[in-house]
Amino acid sequence: MRELGSGDIFYILGALRWTLLLSIIAFIGGSVGGTLIALARTGRFQWLRTIAAGYIKVFQGTPLLLQLFLAFFAPGIFGISVDPWTAAALGLSLHASAFLGEIWRGAIEVVPHGQSEAATALGLRYWPRMALVIVPQAVRIAIPPTVGFLVQLIKGTSLASIIGFVELTRAAQVINNATFHPFTIFGLVALVYFIVCWPLSAYSRRMERKLAAVAR
Amino acid sequence: MTYQFDFTDVFSAWPELAWGALHTLVLSGLAMAIGMVVAIAGALGKTSGPKPVRIAIDAYIELIRNTPFLIQIFMIFFGLPSLGIRLSSNTAALIALVVNVSAYAIEIIRAGIENIDKGQIEAGRALGLKPLQIFRLIVLKPAIQAIYPSLTSQFILLMLNSSVCSVIAATELTAAAGDIQSRTFRSFEVYFTITCMYFILSLIFWQAFGAIDRKFLRTPVKR
Repeated sequence: MRELGSGDIFYILGALRWTLLLSIIAFIGGSVGGTLIALARTGRFQWLRTIAAGYIKVFQGTPLLLQLFLAFFAPGIFGISVDPWTAAALGLSLHASAFLGEIWRGAIEVVPHGQSEAATALGLRYWPRMALVIVPQAVRIAIPPTVGFLVQLIKGTSLASIIGFVELTRAAQVINNATFHPFTIFGLVALVYFIVCWPLSAYSRRMERKLAAVAR
Repeated sequence: MTYQFDFTDVFSAWPELAWGALHTLVLSGLAMAIGMVVAIAGALGKTSGPKPVRIAIDAYIELIRNTPFLIQIFMIFFGLPSLGIRLSSNTAALIALVVNVSAYAIEIIRAGIENIDKGQIEAGRALGLKPLQIFRLIVLKPAIQAIYPSLTSQFILLMLNSSVCSVIAATELTAAAGDIQSRTFRSFEVYFTITCMYFILSLIFWQAFGAIDRKFLRTPVKR
């Protein structure tokens, strides 16, 4: 057992970049997947709607921890061994796809149906109708819950530590195992997460209030 | 594909899995019940308490909502002993879940309290309803209708979240799977099996909560 030094603190704080990078990758992956899910869920084809709804249910009805475990172990079935990095990025992206897909489906459906009908009457086909008429209106509604989910995602990256990915939480565990100052170390890490997440939560809440005021 | 699926070891450990699932349910149910008591007190404190109490409750909500559950467990299980508070892993898991869920439930219940319309209470009085009828039909029922969907989905989130308690070796389903995995090395099979089990539990609760909602909360008020 050794003393907790400033080098240890910097090691933990430095690991924040892996938490942030993993969050960004998962958010980008989730945005791509979420767009597909939201479009499939609101589209014309019944079978696509069913698949998208099933995908969302599965990810909302199982623990994120186990989604990460399966992302880590399932590629092995196909003879591919993945490192914790890939598994965490894959698992969190699939997870985010489901939640963002559900949020964005809601936002698309809130846009009044008349808008879509008017765009069709003006001769716009599906893609221009979506891109020019529906999505610009849906985005405003979608921002607060999307940012709210981003906070969930950042907190969720802490679970990647359990499959061995060294980010903020894992770095804290490593230092704690060597120095054993759990209260200081995990307190510090909680503070770091708070500093990252709280402004996002506050922004999400402010935007939500603004939208509610406009709607009234 | 050369991988040979082998579920025999996993399925032969079914008593362990059933035991684990039962503990997940007990842990989640207890945490929700205690969390509700804490949250009702918190919501009352937030709506009608003195200013320092309101600020303290707000700080608690923000702190818990903006830090990962995993760190909260570590603080309670590893951090508290350095302050002289030593907890078993099951107690620590229960406390962590209560602390976590109540931070979310306070806001839900507060919204339910604020949903109560004073004008309707006056209207009820004007119509000659007795105080108990007013409380039951005008205060309690709309409040429950308002908070029920959020609280029930919060319970399912709590149940799924409780899998994280396996990191401190609390007795529940994911920890049971961890034991089986370390014995049989059938990692994919065992984790796939319990993922299905969690999903089935979620489906059952979704259905049950939905049925209760339709039966008791969406029908017109009985007189």
